Amino acid sequence: MGGRNGFSPHKKGERHAILIPNRTRGKPSKKRKERLWTMKRLFQYLKPDTALLAFTLFIKVIGTMMDLVIPWILGKILDEIVPICTKENLWPIFQWGGYMLICAVIAYFGSTWANRNSAKVARNVVGKMRGDLFDRILRLSPHQTDTFTVPSLVSRMSSDTYFIHNMVLQTMRSGIRSPILLIGGIVITLAIEPVLSLSLIVLLPFLALIVTHISKKGVKLYRLKQEKADRMVEVVRDNFSGIRVIKALSKVDFEKEHFQKINVELSRSEEKAGKTMARSHPIISMFLNLGMTMVILLGAFRVLSGHTMPGQIISFMSYFTIILNATIAITRIFTVISKGAASAGRIDEVMRTPEELLVQAAEPKKEDAPFVEFQDVSFSYNKTIPTVEHISFALRRGESLGIIGGTGSGKSTIIQLLLRFYDIDSGRILLDGRDIRSLPHSELHTLFGVAFQNDFLMADTLSENIRFARSIGGQELEKATEVAQAAEFISQLEDGFSYELTAKGQNLSGGQRQRVLISRAVAGTPPILILDDSSSALDYKTDSNLRAALAEKMREVTSIIVAQRISSVKNCDHILVLEQGAPIGYGTHEELSQSCGVYQEIAQSQMGELNA
Amino acid sequence: MKQEPNSRKYAGRNVYLRLFGYLLAFPGTALIAIFLVFSSNILALIGPELSGTAIDAIRYDFETHTASVDWHVLLLYCFLMVLFYVASAVLSFILSTLMISYSQKITRKLRKELFDKLLDMPVGYFDQLQAGDVISRISYDIDTINTSLANDLLQIFTSLISVTGAFICMLRISWQMLLIFLVTLPLSIGYTVWKTKKVRPLFRRRSAAIGNLNGYTEEMLSGLKTIKAYGREKQFLSRYQGQNRETMDAYYMADYQSASLGPSVNFISNLSISIISVSGACFYVTGLLSPGRISSFILYGRKFSGPINEFSNILSDLQSLRSAAERVFSLMDEFPEKPDDPDAIELSEVRGEVEFDHVKFRYTPEREIIHNLSLKVPAQKTVAIVGPTGAGKTTLVNLLMRFYDVQHGRILLDGVPIEKIRRRDLRRAYTMVLQETWLFNGTVAENIAYGADNPTREEIENAAKEAGIHRFILSLPQGYDTYLADGGLNISKGQKQLLTIARSMLSKAKMLILDEATSNVDTRTEIKIEKAMLRLMENKTCFVIAHRLSTIKNADLILVVKDGDVVEMGNHKELMQKGGFYAELYRSQYQ
Repeated sequence: MGGRNGFSPHKKGERHAILIPNRTRGKPSKKRKERLWTMKRLFQYLKPDTALLAFTLFIKVIGTMMDLVIPWILGKILDEIVPICTKENLWPIFQWGGYMLICAVIAYFGSTWANRNSAKVARNVVGKMRGDLFDRILRLSPHQTDTFTVPSLVSRMSSDTYFIHNMVLQTMRSGIRSPILLIGGIVITLAIEPVLSLSLIVLLPFLALIVTHISKKGVKLYRLKQEKADRMVEVVRDNFSGIRVIKALSKVDFEKEHFQKINVELSRSEEKAGKTMARSHPIISMFLNLGMTMVILLGAFRVLSGHTMPGQIISFMSYFTIILNATIAITRIFTVISKGAASAGRIDEVMRTPEELLVQAAEPKKEDAPFVEFQDVSFSYNKTIPTVEHISFALRRGESLGIIGGTGSGKSTIIQLLLRFYDIDSGRILLDGRDIRSLPHSELHTLFGVAFQNDFLMADTLSENIRFARSIGGQELEKATEVAQAAEFISQLEDGFSYELTAKGQNLSGGQRQRVLISRAVAGTPPILILDDSSSALDYKTDSNLRAALAEKMREVTSIIVAQRISSVKNCDHILVLEQGAPIGYGTHEELSQSCGVYQEIAQSQMGELNA
Repeated sequence: MKQEPNSRKYAGRNVYLRLFGYLLAFPGTALIAIFLVFSSNILALIGPELSGTAIDAIRYDFETHTASVDWHVLLLYCFLMVLFYVASAVLSFILSTLMISYSQKITRKLRKELFDKLLDMPVGYFDQLQAGDVISRISYDIDTINTSLANDLLQIFTSLISVTGAFICMLRISWQMLLIFLVTLPLSIGYTVWKTKKVRPLFRRRSAAIGNLNGYTEEMLSGLKTIKAYGREKQFLSRYQGQNRETMDAYYMADYQSASLGPSVNFISNLSISIISVSGACFYVTGLLSPGRISSFILYGRKFSGPINEFSNILSDLQSLRSAAERVFSLMDEFPEKPDDPDAIELSEVRGEVEFDHVKFRYTPEREIIHNLSLKVPAQKTVAIVGPTGAGKTTLVNLLMRFYDVQHGRILLDGVPIEKIRRRDLRRAYTMVLQETWLFNGTVAENIAYGADNPTREEIENAAKEAGIHRFILSLPQGYDTYLADGGLNISKGQKQLLTIARSMLSKAKMLILDEATSNVDTRTEIKIEKAMLRLMENKTCFVIAHRLSTIKNADLILVVKDGDVVEMGNHKELMQKGGFYAELYRSQYQ
């Protein structure tokens, strides 16, 4: 078939995920050992289908053999059957023609059946692998998630699993067929005429060398190209999110030029990779065709010396074509496998990360202990500069804590520690007197209703966003939205609770989003309610209504409220004032107004104008 | 302004015609390509003819069992074979190299046009589009066009030459055998058409399924922390598994149906070989045909049926080419911002006097956002716009900067209607700090420098000092040369905002827009940068949008916006005395 090879690494007609920058690439060292690991794991996924796999292979081999037998019959007809036939008796020719037909039919059914099984195996393997990967990602600690980065995890889940599917399917379909055709072709030519096949065997090492050399180079170049493609995506993303600023600063032409530079760079590297890969096809064709010429020349001598017949030369020609196509197919499979292996490595990297945040031995509840307690807790993200230090507080059931402090003072970190997203460096965090490290995750994480800053909303109904896969009844739902001051706007929506949100809740305003998130947090009346700066987009009036509703209807709930406004925390039972990770005040509003300078300063900055 | 990005539908032919236009954009390359395709295919067609003659030079007599070789013919033809095969390899290498350059040229052009178009789009357009969607058009869809366009064209061209050439050659060898051979033709064509019809919708479903799954994955992974916090891992895993299973089944269905495609192509080719072998042998026996001719015929037969079997592949390629091109073109055909009037004036000196004259505005026909607003802002005064969320505060900014055009009334800058001013100049007259900070992938210094024309390092540092972020920057690993990746994920919201404030400090614009500029900065930090903010506001006409009322108390004029109406207007004192909506809002924040 004319030149549709080597143009692009993508298989056509298939849509795979958007190319997402992939930052955590494996280091080239200790690669071999890792690769072995990866392959071992891959084979584990094939294990459940072993029987099917073996049987498929068997059928595939038989089907492929048939393709090899056909040219052999052709030679036989020409050299052995024709001489015994006369014009009146052509029957033996038809008989052997019938055999050819039978082979063709067997090949058809065998290959079709095997291909269908390959599709099944590929489905099973990739479906299972993707599920396992998702499962593992759900159990990664936030620290591990941050290290991988979410975009990188997304691309592992989408394009990498896609490449593996492609690898399994293609390998089973033509990756097995091609080597059989290649080896079978060589064996049969050897059987027909060992001397003639020498001309082919001499060529093979050269071919192998050339093919591996070119593909190695090509794979490197494609990796380079992929990096450039990532860069381009980055620029488009930047421009997309910053369009207002770009237009406001009249930087449009500058950005266009910038993009064009990357565009050209990407295209050049793609061109280079493509051209490198494009070399292999003409070279292979040329070598094998030259081999064919050799066969005819050599064949002439062999026919003269009575060792062979012209018909055999003709079947040789057919075998050469088969071998040629098989070699080209094998080079393609190489690319597919190397891509798949790279992807398998990236997936395995996630699967292999050791479990963090393990649960320790259970501890008994202490009756008289406070419900939530921090005892001299210190923690640092990078283990050098402390993020928060010497944090202590204790809350009884139904009490509330307000945390206030400047940007980057460590307010949100305290929340993350309480949720055990990270393990603390020193001190203890206790719930009912039990260290949170001794609580199973399933028990710990059903205690909270949380609304983070810019929290997660999904493309689903409003009620499902509030319910969030918990079993919460309709009445509870309504109560939650009333407390969260969301009931009013929801009732104004045409579909009410069944209103379909778009991704990230983009079809709601900022204030509406926050109220939905607060509804989620209070729904089901969790033992501990955490609001992390989650009223910042609310105007003061709505905010004060919210506070009143929380105080009235969530009385039995222990709550922790992180805020920048004094007004949001001033009615809390305890207020913790943070500056650069250190507690610089702890007490009630009245106490702090007397004793804590920083608190007074904050209050001043927000309330000073009241008297104006 | 609410246009669906995909609103325009194409008649299929238009898309192809338009693509064809891109092919013709490089006529030189196209001509050479056509020439090369032609000659390399002719060369390929001569091959079997040569080998056939060479084989026939070796004669074997079955009666006497003796062989004879016509060495003269054999050597000549073997030599010719070597020549032709080398030439054809060289040609096909040059051809594929050329085609790669060719398609890359087209790709570059398409990508550039698409991106340029994108940046010329009104800002409102970006509010409706997903970044991921645009990225998939600019990378994946253009990639598809890149692979398909040049390849398919080459393929069609090659096939035409091969099929006709092979047909003629076969005819020359034996018309009787050709007749027999052609029996398989309707079979293969019929089969491919039938199969394609059956498979295509399955592949479409498969693409849709994988698209859905990827979207779902991206969404769920962005919510990891929340899922964890609520301990809902199991529930979301099982939901994911449901989607995953659906996708894999769609894959399986498509693969199952297409599983027979390859083998059947192979079968038809084997079938024709069997038929040719049998009939060829019969002709051989009757002395009508030599073995060499039979060999040539078989080789030509493969060349003939190959492209016909490939036909279904080309069809599905063209299908995906078309849908990719449609997506690219539909984006390209969106209305750009209205170009500047030909007689639009250049702004050289801006005083900064702004007037709204009976302005009405609506984003969608159903809902008017601004009903009849008239307002005059003298130069260097500060106007504050307050009101509950969603009341239309940001709309005013969109209108000032001409991100949207008003439907009724006029907005004047220094007495000139803003439609009469070059957009570039109009926007340059403003500098702004928005609630949503924008930092791009680049160094800290680059991010601050953006917006001014090549400021010196000293100017950059001064701006950072004024914004009160200099010390923080110095504490970063590489100071001003620290690379901010992923929109500055590695620094806090407040610091990001300070960086964009520093960016505005560099601007020499006469008007300033602060859209909730300090809402991400805590109040104490805010006080610390207030001095800097005041310096930024000096000698500028300022528009301040805020819901934190303390920041706007000193404004010369306060507009209170509610449900798109300006319900109150005046300075702080007047409004407090009035005891209306503003006073209520103001008091509620200290309850």
